[in-house]
Amino acid sequence: MSADVATGTIPLTASNITVRFGGLLAVNDVSFTVPPASIVSLIGPNGAGKTTFFNVLTGLYRPTTGSVVLNDRNITGQTPHKIASLGLGRTFQNIRLFGLMTAAENVMVAMHSHTTSNIVQIVARTRHQRREEVESRAFAQQMLDFVGIGQHAEEYARNLSYGDQRRLEVARALALRPKVLLLDEPTAGMNPQESAVFVDFVRRVRDEQGVSILLIEHDMSVVMRASERITVLDQGEKIAEGGPEDIRNNPRVVEAYLGRTGTEGSAR
Amino acid sequence: MAVSTPDTIVKGAKTDIPPSVNRRWALGFLVAAIVTYVFYAFVVPNLGGAGKTFVATWIPAVATNEALVWVICAVGLNIVVGYAGLLDLGFVAFWAIGGYTAGWIMSTFIQAVNPGFYLLSAAYPDQPGIHLNWWLVLIIAACLCAFAGVLIGAPTLRLKSDYLALVTLAFGEIIPQVFLNADRFTNGARGIAPLDNVSALPFGPSAIAIGDVKIPISQPLGPFDTSAKFLLFSIVAAFAIFVSLRIREGRLGRAWLAIREDELAASMMGVPLMRTKLAAYAVGAFMGGLGGVVYAVHTNSVFPDRFTFSISILLLAMIVLGGMGNVWGVMIGALGLAWFNSTGLPQFGFWFNGQFGTEINFPSYSFLILGAILVLMMLFRREGLFPETRTRQILREAERSDAEELDGGEV
Repeated sequence: MSADVATGTIPLTASNITVRFGGLLAVNDVSFTVPPASIVSLIGPNGAGKTTFFNVLTGLYRPTTGSVVLNDRNITGQTPHKIASLGLGRTFQNIRLFGLMTAAENVMVAMHSHTTSNIVQIVARTRHQRREEVESRAFAQQMLDFVGIGQHAEEYARNLSYGDQRRLEVARALALRPKVLLLDEPTAGMNPQESAVFVDFVRRVRDEQGVSILLIEHDMSVVMRASERITVLDQGEKIAEGGPEDIRNNPRVVEAYLGRTGTEGSAR
Repeated sequence: MAVSTPDTIVKGAKTDIPPSVNRRWALGFLVAAIVTYVFYAFVVPNLGGAGKTFVATWIPAVATNEALVWVICAVGLNIVVGYAGLLDLGFVAFWAIGGYTAGWIMSTFIQAVNPGFYLLSAAYPDQPGIHLNWWLVLIIAACLCAFAGVLIGAPTLRLKSDYLALVTLAFGEIIPQVFLNADRFTNGARGIAPLDNVSALPFGPSAIAIGDVKIPISQPLGPFDTSAKFLLFSIVAAFAIFVSLRIREGRLGRAWLAIREDELAASMMGVPLMRTKLAAYAVGAFMGGLGGVVYAVHTNSVFPDRFTFSISILLLAMIVLGGMGNVWGVMIGALGLAWFNSTGLPQFGFWFNGQFGTEINFPSYSFLILGAILVLMMLFRREGLFPETRTRQILREAERSDAEELDGGEV
């Protein structure tokens, strides 16, 4: 985490990722880096290949060519649960919490790979198992407190408000103790005020949990305010990369992404 | 595991069923088991003619013992279906494997072992074959079933729900057929009978006398010692219930729930899907093995034609009726349907035909009635008679985010 900054380990590097579905080239030779303790964004119009790229990172798709390195380990083609346990946490665009589990239980599920009790230990309720349970619960409470919904720990996830569900997803992902946190359109369905609060929240997550954050986002105001670096995909290819100002003024981006509607880019 | 603030206040674990409720049910189980035993062992023999007839007609000891077999298997299947949300239509396979394991290692079936091999067995001495103590057989059969569960599960659990149901259905058909046709290893349709007598303990006094009734200890229990067998079967059922309650809490139970709720999200949170599902399958099969041995001991035999598809379906119906996921509800569902199927319906038929001079074969309509009950359940009480708290949530209350999406929550 903060040690990574000192040693200079790059939390996440994707090199020359190409994904082909039959004749369709969904992602074409995209390279991408998430620097330590940073907030970076991936943007692009619908169908640009963002989601496909995301699914390669999380292990749902195996790239046709290219490799993904997480915290110095090659995770290309690994199973999603393995990648998650190696330090890649994520949230979902359309919230995917475990609705009939409490907020605390949701977070504790993500600690599966950090706990070790086996069937016999669970049935016998050994000292090791009991200690692990107590510690997991304490850690879950800590994560819930951190995202600001500690008072709802014993509430079923499905009964939380929309904003709290978003926060719970972040708490759950943080329980993996990830190096990189992927946020998939986290402000979808939020009004501008809520989005602004969320941007501050994302910064706080980065600063206090020592994770790097990769954001996929449609809301340009959020992208421009939150991210230090932005990568733009269009039709499966990387067309630009740079700071918010560079991207805002990049003619190719304006043309490919903001050009048609025009007003969106300039209004903000 | 590193927790940076170990002094964080740890709230009491919110479990699905509060511990106090579990304790009350466990106490209820204990009391009910003892009362039932006392009833069959002490009260029934001293009843007058009419009372004896009533018991023999409506609540025969044999049916009570058999109901315990159903409880053990239903509790096992509940781990697969209720906890992990994997539809298994072939649970009878494990029941059969458990039964045949008992047939092989506690009878004279393996004639090649001559003179016979005895280990703490209550069987008649000086016979050929393998004769193990029945507690050992329970453990061996259960472990063998767990292993078989992993073998069957490894290729099938990669499938999604409907396909998984189909493949388990096939295994449930195949395995009894194998036992039927592998004549040399299973005696085919002639089955394996009789099985060894069992005893509560392999040593100690033959029986403890209370008044003029004896509670057998090391004395071999024959086919007619139903009340003593009831006690033994209750212990196995209690063990199955205990294990499934304990395993629900803790990391494995949470991982199962998470898979039931959202498989993809669970895998993205570091839950290994295959391993976790296999664990559910293995634990369920383990209990199926226990049930198989208990059933073999109960009937003193193993016959392939008993392991029919209808057993798998009846087990599922017990779980749905009792309340999927809730162990105690499943237990009640199993007791109720087992009684209905073995005694309630046939006896009602006799009574009805006798009253009205009809000749309706009621037991042949059992699945028609069962189906009607299930349809009514789905209409009026989908969560079962004793649902777990979580399920009650989903069926009785609107989901908040669903409702909020209506006023434009999600773009």
